[in-house]
Amino acid sequence: MRSASVHSASMRSAGLPPRLPSISPVSFTLLVVFGAVFLASVGQVAPAPEKLAAGAPRMAELVGRMLPPNTDPGFLQRMGWRIVETLQIALVGTVFGVILSLPVGWLAARGISPLGVFRQLPRALVSLFRTVPDLVWALLFVSTLGLGAVAGTMTIVVDTIGFCGRFFAEAMEEADMKPQEALHAIGANRVTVLCGAILPDVMPTLINSSLFALEKAVRSSVVLGLVGAGGIGQELKVAFDLFQYRNASAIILAIFAIVLVMELLTDRLRAKFQ
Amino acid sequence: MQPAGMVQPIPAQVIPAQVIRTRGLSKTYPNGQAVFAGVHLDISADQRVALIGSNGAGKSTLLKCLIGLLPSTGGEIMTLGESFSTAPSPAQLRRLRRQIGFVFQNHGLVGRQSVLTNVVQGKLGLPGSWRAFHHAIARREWREEAMQALAEVRLAERAGARADQLSGGQAQRVAIARALIRRPKLMIADEPAASLDPAVGREIMTIFSDLAREHGITLVYTTHDMKHALDYSDRVIALRAGQVHFDLPTAQVRARDMDEVFTHGAFADEGAPDIPAAQGANAGGLLHA
Ligand SMILES: Nc1ncnc2c1ncn2[C@@H]1O[C@H](COP(=O)(O)OP(=O)(O)O)[C@@H](O)[C@H]1O
Ligand SMILES: [Mg+2]
Repeated sequence: MRSASVHSASMRSAGLPPRLPSISPVSFTLLVVFGAVFLASVGQVAPAPEKLAAGAPRMAELVGRMLPPNTDPGFLQRMGWRIVETLQIALVGTVFGVILSLPVGWLAARGISPLGVFRQLPRALVSLFRTVPDLVWALLFVSTLGLGAVAGTMTIVVDTIGFCGRFFAEAMEEADMKPQEALHAIGANRVTVLCGAILPDVMPTLINSSLFALEKAVRSSVVLGLVGAGGIGQELKVAFDLFQYRNASAIILAIFAIVLVMELLTDRLRAKFQ
Repeated sequence: MQPAGMVQPIPAQVIPAQVIRTRGLSKTYPNGQAVFAGVHLDISADQRVALIGSNGAGKSTLLKCLIGLLPSTGGEIMTLGESFSTAPSPAQLRRLRRQIGFVFQNHGLVGRQSVLTNVVQGKLGLPGSWRAFHHAIARREWREEAMQALAEVRLAERAGARADQLSGGQAQRVAIARALIRRPKLMIADEPAASLDPAVGREIMTIFSDLAREHGITLVYTTHDMKHALDYSDRVIALRAGQVHFDLPTAQVRARDMDEVFTHGAFADEGAPDIPAAQGANAGGLLHA
C-alpha cells in the first residue's frame, strides 16, 4: 500500500511526458529555414505538372523509336569491342588504383604512418580524389592526355585511390597492435612490419574494399565515354548525337547487363573471401 | 659452465659474466607516476631469474628499462656489455636487440600467417633480414632454423598451420620459438604464462627453463605466480613499493618473504611459517635446482 502511494506520488511530481518531444528554438528555426528554401526551390527546378504532361507523349515517342533495339551484327560487334574496352578500363584502372592505395593508405594511417603529423598530406590528397566527381577527373584527363581509353583508365585510378586509400588507411589503423609491437620490439623496420604483420591481418578488408572498388569502377567506366574518355559510353553519346535511338537502346540494355553481372560477380567473390 | 681444463678454443664472443647490472636505477613516467627508485641489480650469465611483484609493482617497466625499450629517469644500466644511463644510443639499442629474445604475456603472433612465418619473423631486425617477413621468401638457412626452433618447442608438425588456429599454449610455444631463432644471449619473458591454464602454464615454464639451460641463455621472466617464481628459477628478485624487496637464490626464499611481496606487507607478520618456500610451495622439489 505504502509503496503504491509513493509510486503514484512520484508519478504526479514527474508529470506525464508530452506527446511530442519538445523542440529547441535553434532546431525550430532551422526547420523553418529548410522549409522555406525547399518551397522556393521547388518552384524553380521541379517540373511543373503541365510540362510533365506535355513531355509524356514525347517520352513515349522516344521509347517507340528506340524499339526494337538494334541487333545488326556489325553494330553488335562494334558494341562488343566497346564493352571489352570498358571492362579493360575498369580492370586496369582498379588494379593500379588498388596497388597505389596500399602505400597511400599506409602513409595516411594514424599510428602507423612514417610521416607523423604530415600524414595529413596523403589524407588530403585522398579526400581530393574522392570528393571531385569522376566525370570532372575524366574531363581533366581528356584535356591533358587526349580523347580515349587512357584518360578513362587514369580517371578510374584516381577514383580508386580516393575510395581505397581511405578504407585501407582505416583498416590498417584497426589492425591488431600486438604482433606489430612484438616485431617493433625486436627492431623490425616499418616496411617489414607492414608486410609481415599489418597487411596479412587486414587482407580480408583489403580484398573486400578492392572488390567494391572494381564494381564502382565498372559503373563509372560505362559513363566516362560521355566526355570522351573511352568505353561504351562513347558509343551511347554518338548514338544520341546522331539520333540512332535503336542503337542507344541496345547500348543501354548492354550497360544494364554489365553492371548487373558485375554486382553478382563481386558479391560472390566477397562472400568467398569473408 | 664448461668444466675447467677442457681443451677448447676460446669462443670469439666471450659471454660477459655479468649480463645485467644496474646502479641506482629509477623510473618515473612522464605523467608523474613513480614506479621504482634506487634499484641495484646484478644478474650474471646462465641464470634463470624470476622477477616477482604484485600487479603494478613495476615488473614490466623494469624489464623494458633494462633492455633499453623504455628510457629510465636516473641511474646506470649495463646490459650485455652496453652501458648507458636513461636510454641506449641507437647503435647500442641495435646491438642489444640482436642479442635478446622477447616473449610477452600475449604471444603477439600474426594470426593470419603460418606458424613457420611467425617463427622466421623472429629474425627481423637482424642485419639483412628484410625478407624474413614471410617464410616463402626468407633465406633457406633461416627457414631451416625456424623448423629446428619449432622442433625444440615440439610443434614442428604444425609449421604449416595458421597461427590463429593454435591453442593458447601452442601459440606461446611458437612465440618462444620466434625468440629462440634469434639465438639470444638473454631471453626476456614478461608474464609468459599469465593467461594460460595452470597445467599449460607449467608446461610453458618448463620449456623456457629447459631451453635456457640447454642453450646457455640467461632468462629473466616476470610472474605473479609464486610457484612459477620458485619452480623454474635459480634466483628470485622481488619488487615491492618501488624497491627491490629481496634478491635471493631460489632455495633461500622463504614463504613469508613471498607473502610480504604479494600482500603489500599488510599481513606479512601473520601466519606465514618460516620455512623455505621452495619446499612449501613445491612438494616435488625444484625441477631444475
Ligand atoms: N605508459 C605508462 N604511463 C604511466 N604510467 C604507467 C605506464 N605504464 C605503466 N604505468 C604504471 O606504472 C606502474 C607499474 O606498471 P607495470 O610495470 O606494468 O607493473 P607490473 O608489470 O608489475 O604489473 C603501474 O602503477 C602502472 O599504472
Ligand atoms: Mg606487467
